[in-house]
Amino acid sequence: MVENKEAREAVGDYKAGWHDPENSTIRFDFGLSEEVVREISSLKNEPAWMTEIRVKAFHHFMERPMPNWGNTSMLEEIDFDKICYYLRSSDATEKNWEDVPEDIRNTFDKLGIPEAEQKWLSGVTAQYESEAVYHSIRGDLEEQGVIFLDMDSGLREYPEIVKKWFCSVVPLTDNKFSALNTAVWSGGSFIYVPKGIKVEMPVQAYFRINAKNMGQFERTLIIADEGSSIHYVEGCTAPTYSTDSLHSAVVELIALPGAHIRYSTVQNWSSNVYNLVTKRGIAHENATIEWVDGNIGSKLTMKYPAVILKGEGSHAEVISVAYSGEGQHQDAGAKIHHLASNTTSKILSKSISKNGGRGSYRGMVTVSPKAENCKLNVVCDALILDESSRSDTYPTMEVSNPTARCEHEASVSKVSDEQLFYLMSRGHSEEEALAMIVNGFFEPFTRELPMEYAVELNQLMALEMEGSIG
Amino acid sequence: MAGSNALLEIKGLHAGIDGNQILKGIDLEIGPGEIHAIMGRNGSGKTTTANVIMGHPEFEVEKGEVILDGEDLLEMEAWERARAGVFLSFQYPQAVPGLQVGNFLRKSVSSIRGEEAAKGSIFREDLSKAMESLDVPRSFLARYVNDGFSGGEKKRFEILQLMLLKPKLAVLDETDSGLDIDGIRTVSEGINAAIRDSDSGALIITHYSRILEHINPDKVHVLMDGIIVSSGGPELATKLEEQGYEWLQQE
Ligand SMILES: Nc1ncnc2c1ncn2[C@@H]1O[C@H](COP(=O)(O)OP(=O)(O)OP(=O)(O)O)[C@@H](O)[C@H]1O
Ligand SMILES: [Mg+2]
Repeated sequence: MVENKEAREAVGDYKAGWHDPENSTIRFDFGLSEEVVREISSLKNEPAWMTEIRVKAFHHFMERPMPNWGNTSMLEEIDFDKICYYLRSSDATEKNWEDVPEDIRNTFDKLGIPEAEQKWLSGVTAQYESEAVYHSIRGDLEEQGVIFLDMDSGLREYPEIVKKWFCSVVPLTDNKFSALNTAVWSGGSFIYVPKGIKVEMPVQAYFRINAKNMGQFERTLIIADEGSSIHYVEGCTAPTYSTDSLHSAVVELIALPGAHIRYSTVQNWSSNVYNLVTKRGIAHENATIEWVDGNIGSKLTMKYPAVILKGEGSHAEVISVAYSGEGQHQDAGAKIHHLASNTTSKILSKSISKNGGRGSYRGMVTVSPKAENCKLNVVCDALILDESSRSDTYPTMEVSNPTARCEHEASVSKVSDEQLFYLMSRGHSEEEALAMIVNGFFEPFTRELPMEYAVELNQLMALEMEGSIG
Repeated sequence: MAGSNALLEIKGLHAGIDGNQILKGIDLEIGPGEIHAIMGRNGSGKTTTANVIMGHPEFEVEKGEVILDGEDLLEMEAWERARAGVFLSFQYPQAVPGLQVGNFLRKSVSSIRGEEAAKGSIFREDLSKAMESLDVPRSFLARYVNDGFSGGEKKRFEILQLMLLKPKLAVLDETDSGLDIDGIRTVSEGINAAIRDSDSGALIITHYSRILEHINPDKVHVLMDGIIVSSGGPELATKLEEQGYEWLQQE
C-alpha cells in the first residue's frame, strides 16, 4: 500500500511508470557472489566455457575499481548488494502473444509492441526482467537463414557461432560494467544475417524492467555476414520507484566486408535507473556501422557507442541525442577508431538540459599511424533551457596520420525569448513553442528513426516540456 | 468604446521596457477594411508598438488600452491574441532550425483557425494558392523555418503566413525592407487581397512610400519619440520621403 503510493507520487509525467505486481517464478536474493554467477549459468544449462567466462568476468568486476571519471558521486551511490541479479517471471519464451502470462502481455500491449510488430517490423523480442518472454521472426526471413533469437536460445542452438564472437568486440576486461554484464548476463538478442541478405524492415527488441531494485543485464550479439544488412531497434522503459535499478548491457556488432548494421535506440528508462552500457562494433572492409542513440530517461547514463574501423573503406556514424531533466545526468558520446585507410566517420551529438539536468558529451576519435586518407567529422550541439542546467563537452581527437581530414564543430545555445515570441505570435502556447524548438533541435536525429519512433519521441519531448514554464 | 465600430482601438498607450518608457501615449483607430501606415525615424517606437499590440512578454504596459473588436488585448498572452486574430509580420523573423515549414504552417493554421482548416485537402489547396501568388517555390515546405532564408525570402514567408492565417488585424513591420521591386508588388497584392473588401484591417510600418503606392493606405501616421505627431492621407508619405522628418520636428 505504502509502496504503491510512493510509486504513484514518483511517477509524475512519466508515461511508462506503472508497475505490475511482481509474480516471479525464480528470484535470486539480493547481492552478488561467485556462487550467484555459477547458479545463473547452471540454471541456464550453459556449456562449461560460458561458465568459465562468467566466473572470470565476475572476478574482474570485483577487482576493478569504479571509474574515476564521469559522475563519480552518482556512481558511488550504487549499492551492488541491494540489487537482484536474476529474476524470471515467465518460464518460457513464447512465439504467440496469447501464451505470454497475462499481466506481462498487458504491459507490452500498453507499450504498443504487438501493434508495431504487425505494422512494420520483421521480428520482435520482448524482454521482461531477466528473460525474453516473447520472440518471433517473420517466416520468410527465417527461410532465408536469418537467425534472430534471444541470446540464451542463441547460445543453446548455435554455441559454435556464439563461442567464436562472444567477447570478441568487448573483451571481458574492458570495463567494470561490461565485466559485470559478462558475469551475470541474461537475455538480449542474437542475430546472424547470412551473406547478401538484406533485411528490409527493422527488427525490434523491447526491454522492460518491472521489479524494484532490479538489475537487467542483457547481452546482444549481431553478426552481419558479407554484403548483408539489418536495422535493429531497441526501446526500454521501467516503472518509477523511489529506489534505484541498474541496467548494464553489452552490445557487440560485427559487420563483415560490405555489410551494413544500423542500431537504433530510444532509451526512456524511468529516472531511478542507472543505465551503464557498453556498445561497440567492428566494421570490416567497406562495411558500415551506424548507432542512432536516443537517451531520454534514466538517472545516470554512461554510454559511448563505439566503432572500430578495422577494414579499409569502412564507415561509422554515431548520431545521438540526450535529454537531461531534473536529477538526471546523461553522460553520452561516441568513440571511433580509424585503424585502416580510407575510412570515414561522422559523429553528431545533440543534448538538451532542463530543470537542473546535466548533459555531457564525451567523445574520442583516433586515427592510427598507418591509416591513410581518413575523414572524420564531429559536431556537438547543446541546448540549455534554463540557468540551473548544465552542459559540458569532453572531446578527444588523437590523429597520428597527417593525411586525415578532421572537422570539429561545437555549439552551446539557449532558447531565445525572440524565438519563443515568434512562435507564440503564430498561436502556439509557450509550452508548445518550446516543444517545437526542442523537437526541431532533435530533428537531425529523429529523421533517422523509423516514423513510428520519431512520432513517439516528439510526443515524449512535448510531454517533457509541459509544466516547464514558470 | 461603447458605440465604436472600430476594429482596433489604441488609447493613451504608454509602454516600455526595464523601466524605460518608449511609447508615450499612442492613440490610433483602424476601422474594418482599412489599411493604415506608420512611418517614423529609426528608434521612434514603431517596432515597439507592433510588439505591444502582439503581446511581447518583455514589454510593460503602464497605461492605456488596446482593443480588438471589443476584446481587451492587454489581458491576453501573445498566443491568445494570435487566436483572437492579431498577426505580426516581423521586422526580423526568427529562425527555428529543424522545424519544417510545411509542418509549422499546418500547426499554426490549426491552432489559429481550427483543425478543420488544417485538414489535408483544404489546407493543401489554400497553401498551393498562397504559394503560387507569392512566387514561393514548393521546395520551401521541406526547409526549416527562416533557417538560411535570404532577407527577401523571410519577408515573403511572413506574408505567406498572413495569407494562410487570415487574421482580423495584420501588423506588418517593415515587410517591404529587403524585398526587390517585384517582391514589393507581389507582397502588396497579397496584403490587398487579404485586407481589402474584408472586415480585416492592417497597420503597415515602413520607411518608404513605394509599398504605399501599391497599397494606397487610408491613413498615414508619423511616430516620433513614442507619440503620433501627425496623421494624414497618402500624400503625407510622399512629403516625408521628399523632405524627411525635420519639418515635423519644427512644428
Ligand atoms: N528590447 C529592448 N530593450 C531595450 N531597448 C529597446 C528594446 N526594444 C526597443 N528598445 C528601444 O526603444 C526605442 C524604440 O525602438 P523600436 O524598435 O520600437 O524602434 P523602431 O521605430 O522600430 O526603429 P527602426 O526603424 O530602426 O526599426 C529604441 O530606442 C530602442 O533602442
Ligand atoms: Mg523597427
